[in-house]
Amino acid sequence: MVDPEILSAIRLTVELATISTLVLLVVGTPLAWWLAHSRAWWKEAVATVVAMPLVLPPTVLGFYLLVALGPSGLGGPLAVLTGRRTLAFTFTGLVIGSVIYSLPFVVQPIRNSFAAMGTRPLEVAATLRASPVRAFWSVAVPLARPGFLTAAVLGFAHTVGEFGIVLMIGGGIPGETKVLSVTIYDYVETMRWGEASWLAGGMAAFAFVVLLAMAVIEKRVARIGT
Amino acid sequence: MSGPDPIRAAFRGRLGAFTLDVDLTLPGRGVTALFGPSGCGKTTLLRAVAGLHRFPVGNCAVAGDSWQDGARFRPPHRRPIGYVFQEASLFPHLSVRRNLLFGARGAAPAGTEALRFDEAVDLLGLERLLDRGPQHLSGGERQRVAIGRALLSGPRLLLMDEPLSALDRPTRDEILPFLERLQARLAVPILYVTHDRTEVERLADTLVLLRAGRVEAVGPLATLQSDPTCDYARGRDAAVTLDAMAEDHDPEDGLATLRVGAHRLLVPSPPLLPGSRHRVRIAAGDVSLARVAPAGSTILNILPVVIVSGTPAEDHAVLVVLSLGQDGPRLLARVTRRSWQALGLAVGQAVHAQVKGVALARA
Repeated sequence: MVDPEILSAIRLTVELATISTLVLLVVGTPLAWWLAHSRAWWKEAVATVVAMPLVLPPTVLGFYLLVALGPSGLGGPLAVLTGRRTLAFTFTGLVIGSVIYSLPFVVQPIRNSFAAMGTRPLEVAATLRASPVRAFWSVAVPLARPGFLTAAVLGFAHTVGEFGIVLMIGGGIPGETKVLSVTIYDYVETMRWGEASWLAGGMAAFAFVVLLAMAVIEKRVARIGT
Repeated sequence: MSGPDPIRAAFRGRLGAFTLDVDLTLPGRGVTALFGPSGCGKTTLLRAVAGLHRFPVGNCAVAGDSWQDGARFRPPHRRPIGYVFQEASLFPHLSVRRNLLFGARGAAPAGTEALRFDEAVDLLGLERLLDRGPQHLSGGERQRVAIGRALLSGPRLLLMDEPLSALDRPTRDEILPFLERLQARLAVPILYVTHDRTEVERLADTLVLLRAGRVEAVGPLATLQSDPTCDYARGRDAAVTLDAMAEDHDPEDGLATLRVGAHRLLVPSPPLLPGSRHRVRIAAGDVSLARVAPAGSTILNILPVVIVSGTPAEDHAVLVVLSLGQDGPRLLARVTRRSWQALGLAVGQAVHAQVKGVALARA
């Protein structure tokens, strides 16, 4: 019989990762497009900001997010709309944090795919009467499919695995913000090593399967593409 | 002059270190070759006509329709063009069939003579390729698909940017007949960028010579070929092409009789349909001159001509322009300066042109 606490944590983690991945793709795709095609001189500065979560300690990012999501930050007025005082320690807050934290893992592969295809396919589409919107959906997106796949997998897996930010802005409220990584931490704190090792092992296995699946799929896509 | 509206293409502006400054009015039918060394701006000019590059100063109108004028600029996807790039640039994620149909939907605006799908497939020999992916095609097959794809979008102007230059010689020779058939079948004008004289001689009706972003000369192919003030005619590989009509064929000797104006030429050739129109090529280096009609010569084609001009050319040669009858087509002959002087040749003189080599430029 599985502990209901664990089931709740798993459900919450999957929900968080799924929603975050969707938001990441919606936000990351136009950003990646702009980074791949813009000639603005400040483009690389934007790319650097997007990449910062790669090197910042999660606690630093978590601290700023906590301030930003809190009543005196941007989160306060937004939270009022849903009848709360703050976005910190809420599921919504976690989604926002995850999106920012995982953004580089989604933007990078999509940007690389867009850059690798160059402007030629889009020019060809334009000379065949395709509007920019149609060219994007019927040419750019299919050609960037490997990039999207990598982005979605990395975004999902990275959100599942995040800990520092979740701890800073989530607080570990069961059913609301207590995801798997925090649950493991709690088990260790309370000396429940057995449960901790099961969960940790499960997550390690999950990460292995995901990365292996991605490598296999990428190989197959590459073969079709040649 | 009646007929289709002319094409106007005038652009001025910089692109990096390069400056383009052209103002062209071109016939609205037939093939216009944009010829010049690499870096002369021919591709840039083509891209500007397509709207893929926007020059701040420009005026472009095709088929009575303004595409660019002052601040008005129509984006490429609203211009009824077909564009064939140097590399076929097929969409790798689509089959040949879906590549061909990509631009075909909603195509064929009223008044254009659109090509039907099966007709294009037939014309370009694509039948057995339809369900393959582009990655399983040879270079020549890919370029044929790209040409078909451009045609099926119902263009009013076909733009071709060195479509054969990425292919090897045998593959080019395989595609050229397709292009010739295409040109014969469609009324769509073609702007054809190339740096290959053979392609010009086989395909072009009008020639635009470009150098360093400017137009050096523009006119009917035959005119520029025989204009000694024009670099194009002075080169070592100068030649003229003449329109000819098939009359007869001798299967025993493999020779066709072709009529050029009032003259007849014997040309080595496969059987030709009597009355069919062709183009023959005569290189300046293959024509020699004689003051009296030579007898007992192995040369089959000896034509009475009048000397129009004699211009000193490189390597102590004289480039002689000859006329086949009053206002008739022109021939070129390259003779040595010594012969020119020894024979006392002069403008206006009637001589005999011995044509050592005639070839069909367009079967």
